[in-house]
Amino acid sequence: MNVLTENWDTYWEGFLGTVKLTAVSAVLALLLGVFVAACRVSPVKPMRVFGGVWVNILRNTPLTLLFFAVVLGLPRFGVVLPFFTFAVLALGCYTSAFVCEAVRAGINTVPTGQGEAARSLGMTFGQTLGLIVLPQAFRSVIPPLGSTMIALAKNSAIAGAFSVVELLGTYRTLSELGFNIVWTFVWIAVGYLIITLSISLVFGLMEKHWEVAR
Amino acid sequence: MTGPVTGPATATVTLEPERKGKAKVEQASALYDPPGPRALARHRLYGILALVVFAGILAWIGYKLVDTGQFAADKWNPFTYQGIQDLLLRGLGNTLRAFVWAAVLSLALGTVLAAGRLSDHRVVRWAATAVVEFFRAMPVLVMIFFVFVALKTEPRVALITGLTLYNGSVLAEVFRAGVHAVPRGQREAAYALGMRKTQVMTYVLIPQGVRTMLPAIVSQLVVALKDTSLGYLISYEEFLYAGKQVATNLDYGLPFIPVVMVIAPVYIGMCMLLSGLATWLDRRGRRSARTSG
Repeated sequence: MNVLTENWDTYWEGFLGTVKLTAVSAVLALLLGVFVAACRVSPVKPMRVFGGVWVNILRNTPLTLLFFAVVLGLPRFGVVLPFFTFAVLALGCYTSAFVCEAVRAGINTVPTGQGEAARSLGMTFGQTLGLIVLPQAFRSVIPPLGSTMIALAKNSAIAGAFSVVELLGTYRTLSELGFNIVWTFVWIAVGYLIITLSISLVFGLMEKHWEVAR
Repeated sequence: MTGPVTGPATATVTLEPERKGKAKVEQASALYDPPGPRALARHRLYGILALVVFAGILAWIGYKLVDTGQFAADKWNPFTYQGIQDLLLRGLGNTLRAFVWAAVLSLALGTVLAAGRLSDHRVVRWAATAVVEFFRAMPVLVMIFFVFVALKTEPRVALITGLTLYNGSVLAEVFRAGVHAVPRGQREAAYALGMRKTQVMTYVLIPQGVRTMLPAIVSQLVVALKDTSLGYLISYEEFLYAGKQVATNLDYGLPFIPVVMVIAPVYIGMCMLLSGLATWLDRRGRRSARTSG
């Protein structure tokens, strides 16, 4: 117990770091993921191909390799950014592939008639997708998005090894200070449980809130 | 979208789903009509614009690569040395070894945990549920670091243990879902024939459940394969770690980008092969299910 109380500041900093990293990467992943999903269902073939390549490559890339390439590779390239930004880029792009697949599966659940009706009203592809199909897909996309976001929060632990302040990285400071290593990890585990459980709670509430009997 | 549509075009589009890429064509019909001549011209224009943008991005990357001297001979020379090739191949071997160990052990652990979750005894069920839920909610890296730092094992053991605990727990859920997905009548019929619970499981439920589980199992193995690269963070001499050893060598001019260009395709290729297997199994399983039902 005193491992936590004596190092409250270190833990709090790490906890906030993980939350911040998860939140910022989640925004990037959602925006990018929806965009790539739109590409994948668009009538323009090069964009469909782009979406497919993006998803297939990122889904099959180990995240550690992606971090390695972004954090250590990009600076050789003349791109120098803070480590936090690099981590957000790696996590956001990686997760966007999973978001894209979730959104695409959601789009498939919307009855065809909705799109047909929208088009018969003269809506364009963008209008059909943005005003009619996506809002309806949103509902069925919430549960898979929730598990994607939980995976994102868990994956953010890798950033700690690439010089970003986050929860798992705190173990290094604490073990240097000579605190009991088992208890250090117990409190780190509790921190992650708090984060993952609150994400699943939020998504559960969202699911309930937008639940509509069809 | 333009209104008039030629007849035959619509017919082929609606007939096609039966044979190939079902989801894609279905979506296409949900979001846009088969384009008429004007829409086709517009799509072609957008397509060319998109191609120009992508080509521009690729060209910029290529320019940057050349500009920062990533194709300089001294950065690529190391890959022709026997020692470096051996180092990389040894790394790849270690990656595959860790993957096979983790795969086998997590399948075993998953079976045990799934059996626990399906147990008739409440205590066993609760214990198994607690274990599964805990390890699924933890980042794999926390477990790997815990085993590595707190239990002071060698990196290989830490990596395999961490991967086994995490993937085993996920697989337990896959197994459980697969057994539950078998129609209830099968179980009832088996019990009615006087089979014991073990017999019902091994002779009736598991053989039928495996077909629906197989794609999910293979997808989870892809995750395990990808996560072997976490060994890099605890200095297990796997593929990425070997790559880093080459990349941080000053004598070779710090060839980070060449190293990424060499090891990324190998990693991605291996994972894509396995993912492809999962997709193939999924499609095959679904087709045979449709013909039988």
